[in-house]
Order: sequence, then structure tokens, then C-alpha cells
Amino acid sequence: MNSFTYSRATAVEDAVREKSTHPDSAYIGGGTNLLDLMKENVERPVHLVGLNKLPLTTIEPTPDGGLRLGALATNADTAWNEEVKSRYPLLSQAILAGASPQLRNMATDGGNLMQRTRCYYFYDTATPCNKREPGSGCSAIGGYNRIHAILGASEQCIATHPSDMCIALAALEATVRVSGPNGDRTIAFEDFHRLPGNTPERDNNLEPGELITGLDLPAKGFEKNFTYLKLRDRTSYAFAVISVAAALELEGDTITDARLALGGVAHKPWRDKEAENLLKGQPATADTFRRAAAKVVEGAHGYEHNTFKIELAKRAIVRALKQAAEGTQQASDVFLNSNP
Amino acid sequence: MLHQSTKAPGEAVAAPPPTGTVRLTINGQQRELQIAPWTTLLDALREYLDLTGTKKGCDHGQCGACTVLVNGKRINSCLTLAVMQEDAEITTIEGLGTQENLHPLQQAFIDHDAFQCGYCTPGQICSAQGLINEGKAHTEAEIRELMSGNICRCGAYTNILAAVKEVVDAKTA
Repeated sequence: MNSFTYSRATAVEDAVREKSTHPDSAYIGGGTNLLDLMKENVERPVHLVGLNKLPLTTIEPTPDGGLRLGALATNADTAWNEEVKSRYPLLSQAILAGASPQLRNMATDGGNLMQRTRCYYFYDTATPCNKREPGSGCSAIGGYNRIHAILGASEQCIATHPSDMCIALAALEATVRVSGPNGDRTIAFEDFHRLPGNTPERDNNLEPGELITGLDLPAKGFEKNFTYLKLRDRTSYAFAVISVAAALELEGDTITDARLALGGVAHKPWRDKEAENLLKGQPATADTFRRAAAKVVEGAHGYEHNTFKIELAKRAIVRALKQAAEGTQQASDVFLNSNP
Repeated sequence: MLHQSTKAPGEAVAAPPPTGTVRLTINGQQRELQIAPWTTLLDALREYLDLTGTKKGCDHGQCGACTVLVNGKRINSCLTLAVMQEDAEITTIEGLGTQENLHPLQQAFIDHDAFQCGYCTPGQICSAQGLINEGKAHTEAEIRELMSGNICRCGAYTNILAAVKEVVDAKTA
């Protein structure tokens, strides 16, 4: 790890000012990803602005009937929050499918959006990587790329976004609240993260110095018919090979509203509105689900080691939609339902 | 390597590392350290406070050997800076029990032979105490899932599960 200075902010405005007046500085919330990257010399900030005294840990209702997650609420406190569990169980399930209890106790909701890819070449400073060092090349294309993207990738970068929580936030149409040198603004979740294009070094659309202060969930939580299906190389504590957040609203057997987002397949949480439109107004049958799944992977492209993900994604989508339609109990329901 | 220089030979020597005073509350005791801001909580415990019960395994938050409790919640001490934990109540394995008066989890690990080399054990026990504080795990499946942040290279999982289950059951009986 490089040497750096540290300051602790006690108000959002102070944090933003501190960040803006220190070139090459970084915000640090839970630190679970940033410190890891600093130990690998992938990130080398010369100053850290400590956020953990900012009053951004609350989870509270919004005037329009939704729920606001403070950016510094931990992933654990969010997943186990009674309102989140009952009104947005898709979000609870997604959070609990990720990381470990220790990491979820440290990691913050804002930080979850800011975590960087786990592409092995991004982490390995001995290899070229356009995300880490623009213009140096992509080692994953033509390298070992089993965990890499099949959708929305570019010739510059085929990295994936590693989050589970963000896949649920994409499906739920959350809004990101930010403060920056030029004031406050909100960003629709689908506009927050970026595809790699020719600038893979940019993961998201935050402007320099901007700080996430909260996440707003709209009133609609799809609490009856939802699934977060995560397929991974071991049963717990592993990143997704493919994950699917599926949420349906049903009238009888007819789908009246649908959300579908995938993790492990792209540089950003991959929500497909065209596939959602193929579900709406249709009967909740395997045929309907297969048509939506085919739509999602229509433009998919496999590389040497990850081509299997295209078929896997299709099957995972069909299974997730079926589970959502049937209101099937899920793996982590044991925690959500068996405890007071 | 806390103070490793990145300067080439002959280059101007960098200014001394900016150490500062960090006040930590560890196992009920106030401790004051003069450390650089990049000192992780794990390194502060092991290198500056001689609390070597907390182990450094992967140093990347993947193995759980460095698990300690901060305000009763389990965290990976390798992925937080000591300076970020001022004002917090930190509990390490040294604060859970003593040789004369073992913590129930320590006794259960002995009774169930829940280790071989023992390197992961302090982290397993701190993690299990965190799991008990959380109150979410009751069944074996739940304990397995919520202990998944602690890796045991010897593969003593079966006995670790039995030890944790015994203490969980005793707490809820």
C-alpha cells in the first residue's frame, strides 16, 4: 500500500470540499474494496476522506411511499431491515447472496455501487489492462476469461460488475442521490453505471468529487413474486457466474408488470426492458419465459472460456421467472422467514 | 511492509511517514498508538499492541482469520484502517476468554475437536460470537451459511459446525 494522509469528515459538504481540494484523493466508506485494491497497488490515492462519521446511516420512508437507504447504511443492516425484508425482499435476498457476514457488516450501500470489477487482470498490475491503465490493452480478451462479460462489452474491456445488490437495485428502479461540488442531483439507476466502450477506466457517471448520499427505492417492491437466482462455483461466498433478479406482478396467470436484470454478464447491472415488454400482458408460462430469455441473449457474444454463459443465462432467466411466478421459497428464505 | 520505500537508490529520501495518534478501545482498555494512517486494524493489533491472537491469513478479506468484533459486530480487521475505528469498542479473541476462564465457544471448540492446526480458530470463534450476537442462525444450514466467511484449510468444518451449534443451542434453550 502507498502512503497517504487521512481526514475524517463530519458533514457531507466538508467531505465534498475535502475531496475537491485534495488531488488524487478518494472517499472511504466501509473500505472493503478500496483497501483491497490499495494493497494490490491498483488504487493509489494520496489522501483518504473518511466518511464513517457522516449522518447517512438511516433507512427511512420517503414522502412518495418509497424507502431511502442512507449511503452509509451497511449491507447487513439493509438486508436485515424489517422494511426492506417485507417490502423489498428481492433486495434483501440479493444482498445476502453476496460476500460474507463480516464483509456485509463493513460494506456500505453507497460503496456497493462503487466496487470495481474482480477481473483477474485488472487486479494483476503485471498485466496490461485498459481499465487500470488506459491504452495498455486488454489481457482478458484472448486470456482466461471464464468470468467475463457476454453482453455490452467492447474491444477495450470485457470486465463484469461484481455486485449482487446492484442487480436488485436495477430491477427495482432505484434512484441514486449524490452531492458534489456543483450541488445535489439524482441519477436513475440504469444511468449510474457505464458500459466500457472506449473509456473502460470509467465505471460510472459520477462527476469528479461527487459523493453518493443515498439510494431511493420507489414504492413498488414486487414483494409477492420475485427471485434473486445466483449461480456460482460454490454454494456460498463466491461471486456470481450468472445472477438473475426477476420480479413480476400478476393478475391471475397474466403478467401485468415485469422486471428482469442480470449480474455477471456485463460491465454494468444488465437490465433488459425489451425482454420485460415481451413478458407484460402475457401468460406466465415457460414459453413466455423462454421468449424473454432469448431476447436477453440476442446480442450476446462469448469469448473462449465464457461462451457457456449464454446458454446458462437463458436457463437461469427461465428458472428465475418460473420461481418468481410461483412465489417459490428461495435458498436464503430460511433466514428471512424462520427468524423473528 | 508498512514503511517500504518506493524510491530508487540515490533518489531523495521521502519525508518520514506521517504518524499520528490513534486512540483505540480494545477489550475494554483504552490504548493510544503513534501509527501511520495506512496501518490496518489487523496490523495495529498484531504489530503495535502484541495482540497476536488475531491472525493474518490472506490479508484480503477472503479467509476470515482476522475476524474481530467491532461494537459487537464481526468484521475483517485486515480491510479496515485502525484510524477508522477510533471511538469503537473492539473485541479480539484475547477479550473473549482466558486460559483459566474459557469462553463457552472456546470450550466447545476443544470439546468437539473443532480444529487441527488452529490458525483459523480465533477468527472462527470471533465470527461465531458475532453470529450469536446477530441471532439469525439456528439450524445447521443457517450456521453453515453464516459462517461461510471463515475458511479452514484443515477442513475441520464438521466439528466447527458442531461446536458452534452447541453454543447457539445453549443460548436459545
